[in-house]
Amino acid sequence: MNGLNLFRIALHALSNNKTRAFLTMLGIIIGVASVITMLAIGQGSKGSIEKQISEMGSNMIMIYPGEASTGGVRLSASEMNTLKVEDYESLLTLEHLSAVSPLVSSSGQYIFGANNYPSSISGVGTEYLLIRQLKLASGEMFSEDDIRTSSKVCVIGNTIKDNLFPNGEDPIGKTIRFKKIPFQIIGVLEEKGYNSMGMDQDDIVLTPYTTVMKRILAVTHIKSLYASAITEEQTEVATAEITAALRSNHKLGFGEVDDFNIRTQQELASMISSTSQLMTTLLACVAAISLIVGGIGIMNIMYVSVTERTKEIGLRMSVGAKGIDILSQFLIESFMISITGGLIGIALGCSFALGVNKFVRWPIEIELWTILLSFAVCTFTGIFFGWYPAKKAAQLDPIDAIRYE
Amino acid sequence: MKNKIIELVDIKRNFSVGSEVVRALRGVSFTIHEGDFVTIMGTSGSGKSTLLNVLGCLDDSSSGEYYLDGVLVRNMSKNERAVLRNRKIGFVFQSYNLLAKTTAIENVELPLMYNSSICTKDRRVRAIAALTRVGLADRLQHKSNQMSGGQMQRVAIARALVNDPAVILADEATGNLDTRTSFEILALLQRLHGEGKTIIFVTHNPEIAEFSNRCIVLKDGLVDSDVFNSDVRSAAEVLASLPILSDD
Repeated sequence: MNGLNLFRIALHALSNNKTRAFLTMLGIIIGVASVITMLAIGQGSKGSIEKQISEMGSNMIMIYPGEASTGGVRLSASEMNTLKVEDYESLLTLEHLSAVSPLVSSSGQYIFGANNYPSSISGVGTEYLLIRQLKLASGEMFSEDDIRTSSKVCVIGNTIKDNLFPNGEDPIGKTIRFKKIPFQIIGVLEEKGYNSMGMDQDDIVLTPYTTVMKRILAVTHIKSLYASAITEEQTEVATAEITAALRSNHKLGFGEVDDFNIRTQQELASMISSTSQLMTTLLACVAAISLIVGGIGIMNIMYVSVTERTKEIGLRMSVGAKGIDILSQFLIESFMISITGGLIGIALGCSFALGVNKFVRWPIEIELWTILLSFAVCTFTGIFFGWYPAKKAAQLDPIDAIRYE
Repeated sequence: MKNKIIELVDIKRNFSVGSEVVRALRGVSFTIHEGDFVTIMGTSGSGKSTLLNVLGCLDDSSSGEYYLDGVLVRNMSKNERAVLRNRKIGFVFQSYNLLAKTTAIENVELPLMYNSSICTKDRRVRAIAALTRVGLADRLQHKSNQMSGGQMQRVAIARALVNDPAVILADEATGNLDTRTSFEILALLQRLHGEGKTIIFVTHNPEIAEFSNRCIVLKDGLVDSDVFNSDVRSAAEVLASLPILSDD
């Protein structure tokens, strides 16, 4: 008996029961399609998060005021005003930092002519662009002089530009108002799009931090500090340096808790990617379970098929089929069901994933290994779950089988 | 002297049912030569089916020797017997046992599918030849559910012929057919016998014996009688004398 004949016999048997073969296949199709779709979505979101994080600067360090209590009243971090301009200035001298910038922000309405738009204003230093990896599309960044004089100048992001200048006029040199204070636009940032948390990175207005502190908020503390380690590897050393500098500034004695928090981009990156990794794993597990259910479906149908075709098996044996021929025939049948189901599933999964990308705009990433993996799994499923029914068929006694009614 | 196709020497077959031993064949011996048309008869329980299974290499005997076309069958493995069935035996069953939803030609090709020495083209040629021999040259592509009982049995006979076996084993081959069709099948078997085929026809219908040239009767697992028939009736003549029914 040659392999080609076996394939022919199996194909014939399947085509005699098209509906049943298709329904059996459906389990595998759904299983494989869901594995591919889920992994594509999982990988896509993981990939986009990683990309965003590296775009944001993987060596970024953020310093926030810490929680503390004064006189038994616990205060939240946003109410704390432990970070001062002196802290910022002390960080400028640290050797493992390439850039430092304070951040003070306030929200409100921007007005230009008949247009207005609600947003916030970020008071920063000149190095902020470097830390956040922002680039200017046109115009220029404000200077140290502007900071010294608390100039009313600003650099705006694309969203602000589009909303305040809907007719496409050049915003450079125009004056917009924020809380009744006029700001002259001196630069426009390059478009950055949404980040992985769904925040619009172009909804941004940068102005000297001194301007926000003195002219808008009238405060002497700053909300947070942003810094860049020279390289990603030096983040830890830089963090230790910052801690030492801030502790000495704040005159914290031995044993006293830090009144600030330091977050690095690395921590954030690993946190987010481990969350999305977990999600991907969960999705893949759910999908894998459906693949197993599909496999059990194959086994079920193959058992029914063996019983139903006992007489046929008897006949085949009586005309000279050996046990191995019968075993191979049924194995090939279940194998073909699962392979065909797998191929349809892969096609369907890829189109689902592309559909999700096109219509829901989720990032997707179809990787070759996910396709190979699901194909391998359904091949295995076909052979594994087809084995017992096929073995049962091969072990039938031809005498009993041929007279089976 | 004609070739011995089948030689049975003191064949015994015992089955254990629980603690009891059922002796289905208690020592059967006979020889069938090439070109014989033998009927094997017997009531139920006579060991007829067991003998058929042994003759068809579906079952092994408990003791005794069985030579099929010169090959010693006893103690062969399951696979060896499968190959032997494929090359030496053509089965014709009472209920035809055709593959469902399969064309006549594919049904006839089936035994050749399990013979890797025969190529696809050869297989088709031989299947067409076998179907032509049983008078179904115009029914090659008909599926088994589109044929009458007589036609299906002729496809089954073509399937038994296709591997050019040493012996055709017919198990109650006319049992499911009406009188007229039964005679058609008998006439076909007689014609094949005339062409030199060795045929063993197992039946409980005594009338069939009149159309064969030898009749072996089994009783309680032993050969009760073994007579040669010098006055063989012609099934074709009987068929011609049958009244043709108006709604036929």
